[in-house]
Amino acid sequence: MLTIDRATYDAIVAHAFRDHPDEACGIVAGPEGSDRPERLVEMVNAAGSPTFYEFDSTDLLHLYRDLDERDEEPVVIYHSHTATEAYPSRTDIGLAMEPNAHYVLVSTREQGNIDGPVEFRSYRIVDGEVTEEEVTVVDTLSPPPAKHVTSQGDLDGR
Amino acid sequence: MAVEVRIPTILRPYTGDQKSVEARGASLSALIDDLESNHPGIKDRLLEDKDGAVDLRRFVNVYVNDEDVRFLGGLDAPVTDGDQVVVLPAVAGG
Repeated sequence: MLTIDRATYDAIVAHAFRDHPDEACGIVAGPEGSDRPERLVEMVNAAGSPTFYEFDSTDLLHLYRDLDERDEEPVVIYHSHTATEAYPSRTDIGLAMEPNAHYVLVSTREQGNIDGPVEFRSYRIVDGEVTEEEVTVVDTLSPPPAKHVTSQGDLDGR
Repeated sequence: MAVEVRIPTILRPYTGDQKSVEARGASLSALIDDLESNHPGIKDRLLEDKDGAVDLRRFVNVYVNDEDVRFLGGLDAPVTDGDQVVVLPAVAGG
């Protein structure tokens, strides 16, 4: 199940509307292993296309360096479909390379640039296998569990 | 001295879950061969056959010292001791 706060959910939907009819894309980062989508990072769709998205290669490197420094990972990877349903395409499945991420799809096909109800669905994609999961939108994420008293080095495993 | 290679999550099963490993070679191509000898199977995840020639997979990005190797000669990109190589799968789809 994906649990996401209302403000982040709304921001992803707004991004999808803003970039319509091109696909919008981005991530929501969170502490490694926490499964908490805390920090929205909108990315530029380097493909600038209504049928394809790709993070720019330099942006991608900067993004992952930044995640590394913060001990974060992409908890959510999202993109929009602008003419089809919010279900992973064959390309989406073939290129899904983050087994720990929630792959969120937003469809703007019915609404275009007009605000309105929107399809917002989430999936796990592992080894080509797609599993849809429930999306729970909360006002704010519950506070993270208390940290164990241990050094960062121990957490990192080396 | 050797070259540090940063390994993405999806390829860590090949490196015993290590985020970064060392490899040797004067070019990216040689470096990948050296990686393969210590982490069998990883080469096939990085390279593909394109019209009879071996090249980096279209949706795998490799950087030498923060520069995309596609601008450094691809598999012929030179590497030297102390360089850092980062492997990142593209985030892309349709």
